[in-house]
Amino acid sequence: MSEPVIKCEAVFKIFGENAKKMLQESNGNVDAKTFQENGCIVGVNNASFEVSKGEMLVVMGLSGSGKSTLLRCISRLTDATGGKIFIEGQDLLQLNNKELIELRRNKMGMVFQSFALLPHKTVIENIAFPLQIKGIKTEDSISKAMDMVKLVGLDGRENYFPRELSGGQQQRVGIARSLAVEPDIWFLDEPFSALDPLIRKEMQDEFLRLQDKLQKTIMFITHDFDEALKLADRIAIMKDGIIEQLDTPANIVLNPATEYVRKFTEEVPREKVLLIEDVMDPSTNDNLGDLKVLKDEIIENVAEKILTQEKSVAVIDNNNKIVGSINPAKIINTVFGGRKNNN
Amino acid sequence: MEFIKKYPKLFQWLFLLIVFFALCFAIDVPETYKFIRGQAEFVKDPNQSSFVFLGKEVRYYAFDVFWRLPPLLGWLPIWINDSLFFLMNEWMPIEFWNEDTQEFRTRPLVLQISRNLTAFMTFLIELIREILLGGLETIVAFTSWDWIDKNPWAELPGLPWTIVAAGSAILAYKLSGKGLALFAGLVMVYISIFGQWKPSMQTLSFILVAAPLSFIFGLGLGIAAFKSKRVEKALYPILLVMQTMPQYAVLVPALVLFGVGDHAAVIITMVVAVPPMILLTILGLRAIPPEVIEAGRMSGCNNWQLMFKVLIPTARRDILIGVNQVIMVCFSMAVISAFIGAKGLGFNLLLALNQLNIGLALEAGLCISLIAILLDKMSLAWANKQTDYFGNLTFYQRNKNILFFVATVIIGIVLAYVGTFLFKGSYNYLFEVPHNKGISTADFWNKGVDWIFDTFFVYIKAFNTWLIQDVLQPMRALYLRMPAVATLVLVVGAGYLIGGIRSALVVCGLTLFIALSPWWDRALVTAYMATFGVVISCIIGFTVGTLCFQNKHSASFMLGVCDIFQTFPSFVYLIPVMMLFGITDTSVLIAVIVYATIPATRYTIEGLRSVPVGLHDAATMSGVNKFQRLTKIEFPLAFPHMMLGLNQTIVFALFMVIIGAFIGTEDLGQYILKALSDKKGAGIGFTLGICVAFIGLIFDNLIRTWVEKRKKHLGIN
Repeated sequence: MSEPVIKCEAVFKIFGENAKKMLQESNGNVDAKTFQENGCIVGVNNASFEVSKGEMLVVMGLSGSGKSTLLRCISRLTDATGGKIFIEGQDLLQLNNKELIELRRNKMGMVFQSFALLPHKTVIENIAFPLQIKGIKTEDSISKAMDMVKLVGLDGRENYFPRELSGGQQQRVGIARSLAVEPDIWFLDEPFSALDPLIRKEMQDEFLRLQDKLQKTIMFITHDFDEALKLADRIAIMKDGIIEQLDTPANIVLNPATEYVRKFTEEVPREKVLLIEDVMDPSTNDNLGDLKVLKDEIIENVAEKILTQEKSVAVIDNNNKIVGSINPAKIINTVFGGRKNNN
Repeated sequence: MEFIKKYPKLFQWLFLLIVFFALCFAIDVPETYKFIRGQAEFVKDPNQSSFVFLGKEVRYYAFDVFWRLPPLLGWLPIWINDSLFFLMNEWMPIEFWNEDTQEFRTRPLVLQISRNLTAFMTFLIELIREILLGGLETIVAFTSWDWIDKNPWAELPGLPWTIVAAGSAILAYKLSGKGLALFAGLVMVYISIFGQWKPSMQTLSFILVAAPLSFIFGLGLGIAAFKSKRVEKALYPILLVMQTMPQYAVLVPALVLFGVGDHAAVIITMVVAVPPMILLTILGLRAIPPEVIEAGRMSGCNNWQLMFKVLIPTARRDILIGVNQVIMVCFSMAVISAFIGAKGLGFNLLLALNQLNIGLALEAGLCISLIAILLDKMSLAWANKQTDYFGNLTFYQRNKNILFFVATVIIGIVLAYVGTFLFKGSYNYLFEVPHNKGISTADFWNKGVDWIFDTFFVYIKAFNTWLIQDVLQPMRALYLRMPAVATLVLVVGAGYLIGGIRSALVVCGLTLFIALSPWWDRALVTAYMATFGVVISCIIGFTVGTLCFQNKHSASFMLGVCDIFQTFPSFVYLIPVMMLFGITDTSVLIAVIVYATIPATRYTIEGLRSVPVGLHDAATMSGVNKFQRLTKIEFPLAFPHMMLGLNQTIVFALFMVIIGAFIGTEDLGQYILKALSDKKGAGIGFTLGICVAFIGLIFDNLIRTWVEKRKKHLGIN
């Protein structure tokens, strides 16, 4: 496997005057309470993970859980107090100012919760801004920005000011701006949290469409567990600066690592999250019905078909090879059973 | 007891007032006490006491300390003055190369700096002035007088007024559109045909140097303060004092440091105009959402790009208000600095006022106000300008403004040339309408004033007499009747009740400084005039503001009116009141009232507007009528903002009271004016300025502290 695009090793972010000293003294065992008594606030507590190329890691947590701080450490908008961060093998914390600016100009794009558009610039100027900062000629940057306008579907509004746009449209501008320099790494800090539910769903679909096309390496911050399930390749759940669990959506739903994570998963409609593969019986027997289902299918989509069968159903992979079986009882059990009491 | 527990604050205030009045009655007026008229303190009188501090002898009439504190700070102005002279004439002599005598000479450092600064400013002003009006000093600056004698052709001819007028119209068109272009053209034509061209261009050249320099320095220092806490801490007290320091007072030290002339005026204008620019820059930069800054960083901005492409444009609104203030102050100073020899409209205005030629004063005042409004609008339009990336423009479209300008230059020159034949023997009106050779309405206005005086003399006189005898004199007497200790107790007590011990100490320090200076009585007179003005201004301003707020259009209209009035230089306000009331305290007070009503009105409307719509709806659904909504919802919520308006009203009133010394009042301003013509007046003028600033700061501190508390209480940020 190739080198991870983002790699964090024991990253700490602690706010306060003596943060650095206290962290050294604690030998990596940071207790939020003792730190708080000494006037330090722990933002990120010992975060280690990797994100590989083209992967979307969603960091989920409630407000104050340190998810935005973690993102800002990785984009070096704030300097981490301890630990190491590698971007494509480069040690981020060792970069000088100039190298950092180069990195941001070419490799990174970021979308913000409050859109953070420049109020004095029009849509097209906002999108062309990172290009112009790089020193690209006005004509070229405008034509490139125009492509971005089309990509996010804002044609015809390029001369509007941000204040003249709706929230969803403003965030489209934010997305277009972050993509203008064609970054490899894409940071999104609660991009859809400020939007209405309907618009949010529309934007999520739009986002998935874009990602399908662009295949960026993504870190996506959200406080909405459903959003995380819908978008993520993997989810990191944070609480009080600590990553409680980092796994695929299915594994988080099926095997929550801590009590805190389990609380989130309780209300999740599993049939919408889990794939057939996640609940199938990997052993096969001969007593299978005629119906075959793909292992990558979401349960919800095939549940009705399976439930009409009496026998177990064969599960196949993309090459039409049988890899397991599933019986209707298992489906019923997954959808309705095992929520509150057992596990 | 129940009552006291229910309203503890009310009871405390009542108690304070009782103590205050008790002290007032307990301490009798000493028999020897009398208000010292101007000059009297220089007379040596065996009844005076004296003390020596730092080698300076201070003489004063001693009273019971409860009645008046001795002027223990009396040595301060003399000391400041001596120090200034020492700095200028003796401290740190350095060698410098003298061009004329071709040898090294020594000169004190400060004097040398001052000379260099003077030369630089003079050069800038002369350069612009000579482009507009013609002259040879700029050429001389690069060559020599001998050279220009041999080459008289090199003298700058100055632009014909037609070109300047058309040029400003084209510029206005490019910046904003037809409306502003028309206005610009009309203003310029007006100035020209009324024969105010030369002084107007002199003033304009002064502004065109002072305003950009103030803007740059203010922005620069504002950025520095935004970036470094230490710079901010160092700047803050100076800014605070400068905000309430009357512009007059700054003139006096400038006179010593830089002498008389336009350059001194520019430097002093910068001193006054930079602080508000700094404050607004900091304010604007602070208000930027952190995510916008992060967005800039993530776009790969370096520090420079972040500041000038992201932060400053985002803070544009506040910075623009700063620019607006700079322009306002510059025009105000353009008049005031005529006292230290700045040429132009201000000088003519002062001269006309001195001669009681109201008509001429009115014309000059109108010109200066019109130019002020024009520049204000142009700077706003410039900042709001947008570029169009998509138009495929032809060469003509892209350059049409420049082409038009070139065309007007040619036409202007041709016209001026034709003029030399047309007006043979007389003035070339197509080149420049000479001063006072245009149309003048002065006679008309003067006759009007005479007519008003003749017709309404009896009524005006009766009103005047009534106001002075029955209102002003008793009020003044009351203020002077306050024993120093009683005043101190009142002010410090108020400070304690509003802001706790910290506020009380600050206010106590400020008051003590004034009380220990030799001008406590004068400060009381200043305070009485300002109080009178502020009370009436607030009544008018709050009423007008509230009434206008009832209708959206009238509110916008009123704010517009406030904007325009605020652009007028403060001196202009003296013209119409002198028309009606001549040289009396009434004139000053009416000018104070008109001037100070502007912020009172503006802040009332803004405060009422800031009440959230949701609350309106909630109140309406609770079934309130309009009046109840006003008294129960809108006033309580808008009150903190209105109090900030009161704060501004006080500062405005103080400024105008001090300027009123020009008409002849007996307050601190009179002494400042006197210090202007006194060779050793720098220390006195400066100390007096600080006294006035401190009066303003006392109220500023009390009101601000109260507003902060109140806002916190109401949960408004």
